[in-house]
Parts: sequence; C-alpha cells; structure tokens
Amino acid sequence: MSVPSIEAVNLSKRYGSFSALSNLNLKIEGSKCVGFLGPNGAGKTTTLKLFTDMIRATEGKALINGVSVHENKKKALAPVGSLIESPEIYPALTPREALSMVAEIRGMPRSERKRKIEKVVAEVKMEEWLDKKVGKFSKGMKQRINISAALLSEPEILLLDEPSTGLDPRGMSEVREIVKSLKQKNRLIFMSSHLLNEVSDICDEVAMIDHGKLLVYDKLSNVVSRFSGADGGAIIIDVGLSREIDDQTVSGTISSFPGVVSAEKLEGKNLRLHFSGGIENQEKLLSDLVMMKIGLISFHPSSSALEDTYLNLIKATL
Amino acid sequence: MSKPSLKSVGPVAVPSLPTSIAQVGTITKYELLNYFRSRRFFVLLIIGIVISAIFTAVVGYYGITYLNLTSALGFYSFWWGNSITLVVILSGIFFGGDAISGEFQNKTGYFLVGNPLRRSSIYIGKWIAALTASLIIFAIYAAIAVGNGIYYFGTSIPYQFGDSLVFSVLYLVAVLGFTFFFSSLFKSSSMSILVTAILFLFAFSLIELIVSRLAQIEPWFIITYGAGIIGNVLMDPYPLTQSTRGPGGREVSTFAVSIPQGIAILVGYFVITAVIGLLLFERKEFT
Repeated sequence: MSVPSIEAVNLSKRYGSFSALSNLNLKIEGSKCVGFLGPNGAGKTTTLKLFTDMIRATEGKALINGVSVHENKKKALAPVGSLIESPEIYPALTPREALSMVAEIRGMPRSERKRKIEKVVAEVKMEEWLDKKVGKFSKGMKQRINISAALLSEPEILLLDEPSTGLDPRGMSEVREIVKSLKQKNRLIFMSSHLLNEVSDICDEVAMIDHGKLLVYDKLSNVVSRFSGADGGAIIIDVGLSREIDDQTVSGTISSFPGVVSAEKLEGKNLRLHFSGGIENQEKLLSDLVMMKIGLISFHPSSSALEDTYLNLIKATL
Repeated sequence: MSKPSLKSVGPVAVPSLPTSIAQVGTITKYELLNYFRSRRFFVLLIIGIVISAIFTAVVGYYGITYLNLTSALGFYSFWWGNSITLVVILSGIFFGGDAISGEFQNKTGYFLVGNPLRRSSIYIGKWIAALTASLIIFAIYAAIAVGNGIYYFGTSIPYQFGDSLVFSVLYLVAVLGFTFFFSSLFKSSSMSILVTAILFLFAFSLIELIVSRLAQIEPWFIITYGAGIIGNVLMDPYPLTQSTRGPGGREVSTFAVSIPQGIAILVGYFVITAVIGLLLFERKEFT
C-alpha cells in the first residue's frame, strides 16, 4: 500500500546571488490538505514551480511519489493536478476544447472525456460558458477553468498556488468547498495561500516559509498552539452551534473545562474559546462539548489565531 | 521539524499516459485549432491570395508576350521564383515568430507545462502545427500559380517546377526551424517577431549582398543564399558561379548556389536551429 507523497530534498533555487529557496527539506504524505504560507517573495511559488518542473532546482530534488520531477517529469506528474500562477488559456479555444486537450494529454479515454469535462466545469459553475471562447472571459472565469483543468483527471495530488486569486467572494467560497470535498476523496492537497482564514478553514496542516527557508511544518493546531504567543500560548477556537446557548452554560460549564482560559458568545450561535492546554486537552474539550448536546456543528482554531501565529513567525525572521 | 501523522489511504493509482508521440499529436491538433480560430491564419491566407491576384492581374493585363514569358518554365520562374520565398518568410513570421516566446509572455505555457508531458512534445507539436498551417497557405498559393500556368501553357508543367516546389517546402522547414529557435531565445512575442522579420526581410539579404559583392566570399552560411535554388532551378540553363574582370583588372565573382549546396545549407539550418531551439526551450524557466 503506498500513499501519495511529495518531498523536497535539500531543494534550493538561486537567481544569481538571490536565494529564492534555500535547502528546503519537506515531506508530505497521505491524504490531507497542507497550507503553504509565507509573505510575498518567501519562496512558495518557487517551490510549487520546482514541483511541476517549470523551473530547475539549483540544488536538491523535488520528488512526487518518490519520482524525481526533473528526471522523469511524465511519470512524476502523472498523478498530479496543478494550478500555478493563474495560467492563460489559448483565447480562441473554448473551455471544452482546452479541457479536451488536457484530457488527451493525460490519456483519458474518449468515452469518459465528455462526461468528466462537463462534471468538472459544473463543479466550478461554468456550465453556461463551456462552448464560449476563453478570450472573452474575466480573470475569475479563467481561474475557474484553470481549477477545473487541475481537477479533470481526478489526480491523487493537487498542487495549488493561490487558487482563489481573481475570484469573487462567492468563487472563493466555492473553491474552499471544492477543496474540502476533495479531502473526503483521499487526496493530498498542497496549497499556497495568503488567505489565512481559507487555510484555517480547509487545511489540516501548515508549512510556513520565509526568505526561502522553511520555518515550521506541523498540524495546524500544533503550530497555532506553539507559536501564536497570545495569552501565554493560548489559541482561539471558534465553535459553531446549531442553536442558541444560554450565558450560564458558557460562563459556568464551558469556561471550567480543562484548558479553557475564557469563553464568550459571539453574534449568531457561535462561541469563541481562548484555550491553552495542548492537543490532548483540545481533543477532550471537543469531546466534552459534543457530550453536552448543545448542537455542536463546527470546532476549529480561528483564523485570527493563525494570523497571530503567522505574524509571530514571520516577524521573527525579519 | 515534527512530522504529522500519516493517514492510511488506498494505493496510488498511476494513470497510464499516452506516448510522447501521441502527445505531440494532441498539441499539434489543438495548436492548429487555435490557428484556424485566430486571425493570423486568415490574414496570411488573404496576403497569399492578394499576391496571387496581383500576379494574375499583371499577367492578364500585359499578356505573356509583352512580359517575355514565352515558355512554361519562364512563366513559373516569373511567378513562383519571384514570390514564393516571401510567402515562406511570412509563414515563418506569422506561425513561428512567437510560437514559443508567446507561451511565456501570454502565460499560456503555464497551462501546458504543469501536465505530464515532455517539453519537447510541446515544441515539436507546435512546430508541426506551424508547418501544417503554412503548407495549407502554400498549397493554395501553388494551386493558383498552377491554375494560371495551365491557362496560358496547358497541362504540361515543367519538371523543374516540381523541383522548385520541393525546395520551397525545404526552405519552409528551415525557416520554421530558425524562427522557432529565435522564438525560444526571447520571452517577448513582439521582440521575437520583430527580430525574425528584420532578419528574413532585410538582414540576411543585406549580409548576402555585402559578403558576396564587396568581400567576394561565397555566402554559403546564409539561409537566403541556400534558398536561391528555388528560383535557380526554374532557369534554363541553371546559373553557375561566374568570374569576370572588373574595373582595374580585378576579378569579380557572381555566386550562384548549386542544388546540392542549397539543400545542404537548408538542411543544415534546420537541423542546427531545431536542436538548439529545443535545448533552449527545455532549459527555459517559467519564472
């Protein structure tokens, strides 16, 4: 039994004296979504381009399922769908034709092409535009087609470089839902983003990079609890409920759970917990909340906690 | 660096990919579709038809006797020999000028290169598409020339015209090899088109003239000199390099490329520029 994997081994990229990526060692295995964070020019896109052979490494190797991307690109990229830097599609082609080209390149049987193309185009809500020329599309519409091209072959591994770029809020939300649905289908998703709420919402793990160097790679909750720095290491957890909860339960019962520093009701039916107590206590907290039968529907570290973590880590390298 | 736990999933299914040759065919097919949908194919087609119309009008208006086109060979030499190199060069500029550089400037390359296919498949596929589109224009242009030839001189087409056709296709192959090479050098479409146009429309002819007339050196290293076989083969007798005494008793040579020499120059240009262009594209980075 093998699992999808991507691995950077001493991966470096230099442009003259400028080091875009320095000695990156990172191995990601299994079905999960990993957010790749860092400021502009940190080396995120450089890393993704090295994994798709768009640029050549100065040193080191980019491996996909153990196969070197540069030495055997066809084999390495066979199980990969990618979206790097909002590509343009030949303006005279229609989405159906552009996606047919990708399908043929990837060896998709003729009998499946039409159905799969229509399916992925429906996923990105572009059915009405399937037979219109791409040249007339807005940036967001092109990005939707690019996303559908990455999904077309149902790849085991998805490499996405800021997939929400150019999309309106509805489009961003749809992309998040698409990525979430892919997680249910045993995919490895490695996604760079500047949108911390997006990463917080979708990803199980995060890798942070700055000045071409990897700062951290771990589970999202671990990273947040180790590096957020707020309240002596406390993290913020947003809890979503399906019904109203009374103040007594919040300030009494929930605030007294192990690790909970404070609990507050937010607008609507949400709670915000300041929590300090490690991953085991977090697991227990979730279990306790479920046992309370208060209509728990979501439980995740808030984007502001990730933002604190991000700013702390990036500030440290300035 | 801590390592997150591994979730167990099913085996990784490795899709079976088409052969690289099949992928070349796919690139060719969609590149051609893109050509036929875009304006440039029809602009070049119109240019070809306009040139043909001008020749048809000139011959029709003045008549073959006035133009001293007393034989079929002379007719094809006048028509084909004087114009096909321009059609070939325009094809090179239109279809090859930005074939590779455009993938970088317009970012269309980013759509393709992230897929499991070799860059050589993209390069060769695009080259074959450019050749096919050019050959369509070429065939229409040849058909109009032959149509006029048959009208004035009947169906007996001189065999030299067949030779000239073959040499023209060889020249087209060499020009497209060269323009793709130049296109691989640049990341700007306009720059690669401009440089290619200047080289083929002016620079090569000028260098050929300077080298042969002033320096008195045979310009065997210039592609347009090699292309001289297209027109030369339509002349009877075939022109030869001649030396005469000029002013002051200085020997002056007028160079004429021989058929083997011309073929060697054109094949050499194609092979060298195709290999270098492919290597450049393989190494070029989508930064």
